[in-house]
Amino acid sequence: MSRLFKASVSENKELIKNHYLLTLNPLKKIKKPEPGQFFMLSVDKGLDPLLKRPLSIHRLTGGNLQFLYRVVGSGTNILSEKKTGDILELIGPLGKGFPFKKTQKNIILVAGGLGIAPIFALAETLAKIPPPAPPVLLFQGARTEDEVLCIDKLKSIGIDPIISTDNGTLGEKGNIVSVLKKYLTRHSLPVNRYILYACGPEPMLKSLSSLAIKHKLKGYIALEQHMACGLGTCLGCVVNTIDGYKRVCKEGPVFPIEKIVW
Amino acid sequence: MANKKTADLKVNLGKLKLKNPVMTASGTFGYGDEYSEFIDINKLGAVVVKGLSLKPKEGNPPPRIAETPAGMLNAIGLQNIGIDSFIKKKLPFLRQFKTPVIVNFFGDSIAEYVKTAKKLNAIKGIHALEMNISCPNKQAGWSIFGTDPKVTFKVVSEVRKMTDLTLIVKLSPNVTDIALMARVAEDAGADAVSLINTLTGMAIDIKTKRPKLANITGGLSGPAVKPVAVRMVWECYKSLSIPVIGMGGIISAADAIEFILAGASAVAVGTGNFINPEATVNIIKGIKSFMLSEGIKSIKDLRGSVKC
Ligand SMILES: Cc1cc2nc3c(=O)[nH]c(=O)nc-3n(C[C@H](O)[C@H](O)[C@H](O)COP(=O)(O)OP(=O)(O)OC[C@H]3O[C@@H](n4cnc5c(N)ncnc54)[C@H](O)[C@@H]3O)c2cc1C
Ligand SMILES: Cc1cc2nc3c(=O)[nH]c(=O)nc-3n(C[C@H](O)[C@H](O)[C@H](O)COP(=O)(O)O)c2cc1C
Ligand code: FES
Repeated sequence: MSRLFKASVSENKELIKNHYLLTLNPLKKIKKPEPGQFFMLSVDKGLDPLLKRPLSIHRLTGGNLQFLYRVVGSGTNILSEKKTGDILELIGPLGKGFPFKKTQKNIILVAGGLGIAPIFALAETLAKIPPPAPPVLLFQGARTEDEVLCIDKLKSIGIDPIISTDNGTLGEKGNIVSVLKKYLTRHSLPVNRYILYACGPEPMLKSLSSLAIKHKLKGYIALEQHMACGLGTCLGCVVNTIDGYKRVCKEGPVFPIEKIVW
Repeated sequence: MANKKTADLKVNLGKLKLKNPVMTASGTFGYGDEYSEFIDINKLGAVVVKGLSLKPKEGNPPPRIAETPAGMLNAIGLQNIGIDSFIKKKLPFLRQFKTPVIVNFFGDSIAEYVKTAKKLNAIKGIHALEMNISCPNKQAGWSIFGTDPKVTFKVVSEVRKMTDLTLIVKLSPNVTDIALMARVAEDAGADAVSLINTLTGMAIDIKTKRPKLANITGGLSGPAVKPVAVRMVWECYKSLSIPVIGMGGIISAADAIEFILAGASAVAVGTGNFINPEATVNIIKGIKSFMLSEGIKSIKDLRGSVKC
């Protein structure tokens, strides 16, 4: 089955300044994406921007695909202007998602900024696991109170996140990794019974990875890299791992946290 | 009497016969497996695989890609799985198709080029060799293979001795006189030349003041390079008697036809595969319908027919 398809825009809603929730209705049957997988979206038919943009699956709602994105440059800016009924071309689902199916462990989710896009997808999927579902703890960091996204949706699936903001307008002031660090020491968690899944900006993932290694906490992180093909052919999207360069679009975007060389 | 309209797309490159002139450009189609989900590989004129070397290569540190207006810079650094892995793990997949497999390869010395060609020559299921003497992302010094006519002559003629397969020499556009380099390749025994490889370029992030690529410079490809590529194909066509394979920014049938009018016997689609994984087959269809609507019976009648 070819993963190339067209989809019509059902809704493209501005949640807060520069942050949008895009709902797409695929025009053909597609493969069901796993949390952590992504799609390449073509934002325009013209030659500039030329390449498709990678976005993580945020949510599946009755056959529709939802993406949560921030406007950062020309491609996401064009995307933000899409109206209901516009047609986009996509490839996906791509890459490997979070491996969570067999886990017996207590789960720690960590999301920084737009990292909540795939982390919410994972949280929602975990919430659907029939009991005894693994307990889930979510640490969510953002720059400001406004940018703490998905709070209501998280509540509706029974998750009450531990929050931090850079300016202290909501939750603790500071970065979310130091909040997690305090939590780990205060509660002296039996780390071998816990597993971590995270997504966020690179500095956050980097400090999270040294924390995880220090506490011998196992887990997985979703990474970003500039992409051309999204299919594994151009070798443009590699990250450095202890086993050499690996493609974010193919072996990733989710990698075991201890494998990444920062 | 029904006069059924036909369009003959067949072309020859040396001994190699192609059912149509559309191939994939090296490095943009992997080893074919990832694209078989999107297109029927049997429909392609030829598959050109990612550049291979004797031993696997790690390539350059990331970031390796930067998008630019209507194009992209890449500095992959010829990362590849090496010839042995290719033969064992990738070639069996490609062998099942009725499409010729062209192996793109490179070496770090003349001796390595020769050894690689010799090894590839003996492998069943490889129909032609494309020697890359023109990657802009290798260490300083490497570029002489594609920019110093004496070295070009030497390396091509040494490789020529090692193989009776169709030998294509992939030329660098980063030279003053492309036709001269093409003639050197022809004189050294090439059966065809292919061009253009990427143009050396650079992009800078104005906030961090850093180059966008870890390698600092990279190779520019995509629609932005097309006019340069068409001009170079035309210059080579005029001064060669061997076929020219044209590439650089082809994303539509119209682009491909432009190259053929400039003198290309065949064309390759590179960055176009990233924009649309079905690009190659769409281009084949488009060339055919152009020929039918223009009443052109054979693609050979189009070749080089630009009216200057
Ligand atoms: C697997 C994956 C999943 C992603 N999921 C999301 C998501 O759910 N929500 C979201 O808001 N963003 C996500 N991103 C980041 C998103 O792809 C970029 O923000 C977007 O490509 C920027 O495009 P632009 O044209 O607006 O920005 P520009 O800066 O103008 O883009 C220039 C070029 O750089 C590339 N680029 C720029 N930033 C990034 C980046 N961070 N990662 C990869 N390529 C980049 C663009 O694709 C483009 O080719 C994801 C990235 C990856 C790799
Ligand atoms: C990501 C990428 C990787 C490439 N790798 C190779 C390679 O391994 N060997 C080679 O001869 N050319 C390589 N090329 C060059 C292409 O084959 C082609 O010559 C060039 O990109 C121009 O065509 P295009 O504009 O259609 O992409 C590469 C190009 C790109 C974009
Ligand atoms: S984007 Fe091309 S290999 Fe990953």
